[in-house]
Amino acid sequence: MSKLLEINNLSVTLPLPGGQLHAVRDVSITLNRGEALGIVGESGSGKSMSALALMRLLPQRALQTGKMLFDGTDLTGLSDAQYAQQFLGHRIAMIFQEPMTSLNPVYTIGRQLTEAAVQFGSYTPTAARARALALLDRVGIPDPKARMAQYPHQLSGGQRQRVMIAMALMLEPELLIADEPTTALDVTVQAQILDLLADLRREMGMAMILITHDLAVVAEQTDRVAVMYGGEMIEEGTAKSVMAAPAHPYTQALLTAIPRMDGPPRRLGAIPGTVPSLMTPPKGCVFAPRCGFVRPDCLEARPPQLGDADHQRRCVLSDADRPTSAPAAPIRTDHAEVSGGEAVIAARDITQVFTSRKGMFGPKHEIRAVDGVSLTLKRGETLALVGESGSGKSTLARIMLGLSLPTSGTVEMLGRPVADLAPLERAALVQPIFQDPYSSLNPRRTLAEIIARPLTLRGEDDPEACAAKTRDAMEMVRLPARMLHSYPSQISGGQRQRVAIARALVTRPQALVCDEPTSALDVSVQAQILNLLDELQTELGLSCLVITHDMAVVHQVADRVAVMLNGKLVEEGGCDSVLRNPSSDYTARLLAAAPQFRPDEMTAPPAQEATA
Amino acid sequence: MLKYILLRGLLAIAVAFTVSLAAFFLLNAATDPAQAIAGEDATQEVVETIRARYGLDQPLPVRYAQWLGGVLRGDFGESYYWHKPVAELVAERAGTTITLALSALFVTILIAIPLGAFAALNPNSWIDRVALGVAVSAQAVPNFWLGLIMIILFGVMMPIFPVSGDDTWRHFVLPAFVLGASSVPAVMRLTRTGLIEVMGADYIRTARSKGFRSGALLRRHALRNALLPVISVLAVQLGQKFGGSVITESIFAINGLGRLALESILGADIPTVQMLIFVFAIVFVAMNLVADILNAALDPRIRIG
Repeated sequence: MSKLLEINNLSVTLPLPGGQLHAVRDVSITLNRGEALGIVGESGSGKSMSALALMRLLPQRALQTGKMLFDGTDLTGLSDAQYAQQFLGHRIAMIFQEPMTSLNPVYTIGRQLTEAAVQFGSYTPTAARARALALLDRVGIPDPKARMAQYPHQLSGGQRQRVMIAMALMLEPELLIADEPTTALDVTVQAQILDLLADLRREMGMAMILITHDLAVVAEQTDRVAVMYGGEMIEEGTAKSVMAAPAHPYTQALLTAIPRMDGPPRRLGAIPGTVPSLMTPPKGCVFAPRCGFVRPDCLEARPPQLGDADHQRRCVLSDADRPTSAPAAPIRTDHAEVSGGEAVIAARDITQVFTSRKGMFGPKHEIRAVDGVSLTLKRGETLALVGESGSGKSTLARIMLGLSLPTSGTVEMLGRPVADLAPLERAALVQPIFQDPYSSLNPRRTLAEIIARPLTLRGEDDPEACAAKTRDAMEMVRLPARMLHSYPSQISGGQRQRVAIARALVTRPQALVCDEPTSALDVSVQAQILNLLDELQTELGLSCLVITHDMAVVHQVADRVAVMLNGKLVEEGGCDSVLRNPSSDYTARLLAAAPQFRPDEMTAPPAQEATA
Repeated sequence: MLKYILLRGLLAIAVAFTVSLAAFFLLNAATDPAQAIAGEDATQEVVETIRARYGLDQPLPVRYAQWLGGVLRGDFGESYYWHKPVAELVAERAGTTITLALSALFVTILIAIPLGAFAALNPNSWIDRVALGVAVSAQAVPNFWLGLIMIILFGVMMPIFPVSGDDTWRHFVLPAFVLGASSVPAVMRLTRTGLIEVMGADYIRTARSKGFRSGALLRRHALRNALLPVISVLAVQLGQKFGGSVITESIFAINGLGRLALESILGADIPTVQMLIFVFAIVFVAMNLVADILNAALDPRIRIG
């Protein structure tokens, strides 16, 4: 196989008001023709920045050093105009994370597909149109002719991503960079898009760089994997070898942080601390502050590159030094179904109809967001409500919280109709935790004020009692009391979600309704939050309704599962029985589509000891 | 779409009538038209005769109903001062004001959009700061003052342009600049923020990844999106130019609707004032409608729901 792309010692620095942000440091990547490389990392790891540097899409103020060779041509020597003309689109193309916003809303699909090919003289308008039609058909867009005349807002997210893929392939590039191509999509669509990319890559003999935070996706789709952390590439090798025998403590920890679908749920390997900000790069190893195996020499100098071309890492530990972590003990031997438990929240025959009008005088439209659903949350259990976007799961959650009244049907909390409960009584029974900790906390209040807010609303005016309860709540979510006077902007996403949980728990409610509590968080932080919720549930005997689209999260936390599709409940039952023997086709489809992470099934190559 | 335009058109007429109703009662409350027509030195007897002759002794609601009835038959009444049908009077002068308003809008576009675009493409550069300075000072400067300064600069110190009358295109240069300058700040800022937002949009990144650079990127992908809000503001600004013509036309002695409005207000020429207010209101509402239609035509998300 011949080398297609060689990036040597790439560094990207962004001058910010507070100093230099070292987004990428000394990263080297080699990619052969037709090969698929996965770049994995959490947010802020520098994985997207590396790709944007190659595409020359970095912000203007970014400083970039290092050497890039594409098929023997030195890219660093080319001007922006030369690079755009010779490489962008023709030899290197990219698709992005946000299909909803990545297409220009005011031009037709057809124009956007063909414009570059025509503008730069690769095709005549007629030929470009023919090629675009063929590609739309290939990426699975029905009736391509009609679609060419449509605008992006007339297409669904999945279709838009297919259009983006077709657009990237117009000029048959030799390298396709896909930056989180499926993160914004529903699970079933995600699987289709990933399969499509894999097929196209084989057909066209194209190399691919797949950037993602999802290790399961990487394990299924790529030949080689590079793991990035804190702007550095800390491990790189064949996908099999990295997934089955991770050599860097960070990769090891990350792999145990992923909820798995097989076996009983185990305590997740949460990495303590948070992803560092890279204003001042450390002298030693970037991961040292969070590493479980840290040694004095880790802090002294940057660790050497150990291993061979098939699998290398930046870590001082040799294979012999590195303790192999045994799988954690199961948190439950099996999903114990709470039978005959008292109903904390019972919803009966809930229907929610939304009406909307097109414009000021348009006809009325009715949408049945929730359609005749009955669901009961029993004491002490975790009930997972699963469905894709638009299934009505969040609407149902709002109704079960008592935040909105359904069009028809009743909700009872501890046997009393929610309509009869005063808002404060209701708030004492059930509390919400929302998806996005970045926007659900008031940025102008300190954490102490945020957490104590429910107490203030209840008229508890003894400041000392309030302060004591606030401190208790902080302790419950394992946050240090010294943070009480910080503002939300000063803490990380995981810490914010802990604050949201503390706020929910400060009045000691009977139940929590968590709407996608971890989907805005990184894998290692998700693990911390899921572990915390599990511990709190045991300590406090809480009942939890968890809304999620992630089947692995369901397996990790749920006792019972309810699956929603188009506003209707299509399946409900014990977690094990639903996940093992789904009775509805839709649940089976969701399960099949969920990327599954089973590194044990990958055959690990024999461990080799080699030096740099 | 047609139904929508029709409904909006009806709404515009309703607004115009409401405005005219309010104007009618306010005018009659503020001045005594009979006294104004007769002149300040006239005897009470003369005033009363005039009051009876013009029907001004009738109660206000009856007079409004009479005026409304006339309007519905296409008759806006006769000017007390010019002794001519008001419609004729307005028709004679409308052309001048339309010319002035359109050239003022042209001046606004010519200054504000390039300045806004330059500022957006070089945020926090010296161009940006100069543009911001221009915007702030243009917003702070009153129209009549700018008019007088222009007359001193280009009429007196450097007599390049005529400063009074409306005979040739040269007569319109200074008034169009003065009237147009008042809209520059709003339009420039909107262009700047719109373009900055669009240049950071994901679809611009997509276009870059396809190989489009600076000029082509701006022309083919950024401008149309950035100018969507600007176009609707421009249409509204054009409506405001008609109202703004009152001061500018008076300063530059242009015989248009604005000057007519000023003269008839001073002379308590109620039929003329009524018709002008009605026309200005219709123009303003119609321009808002044009803005909506333009937006729908340019933005497929509105056109195809």
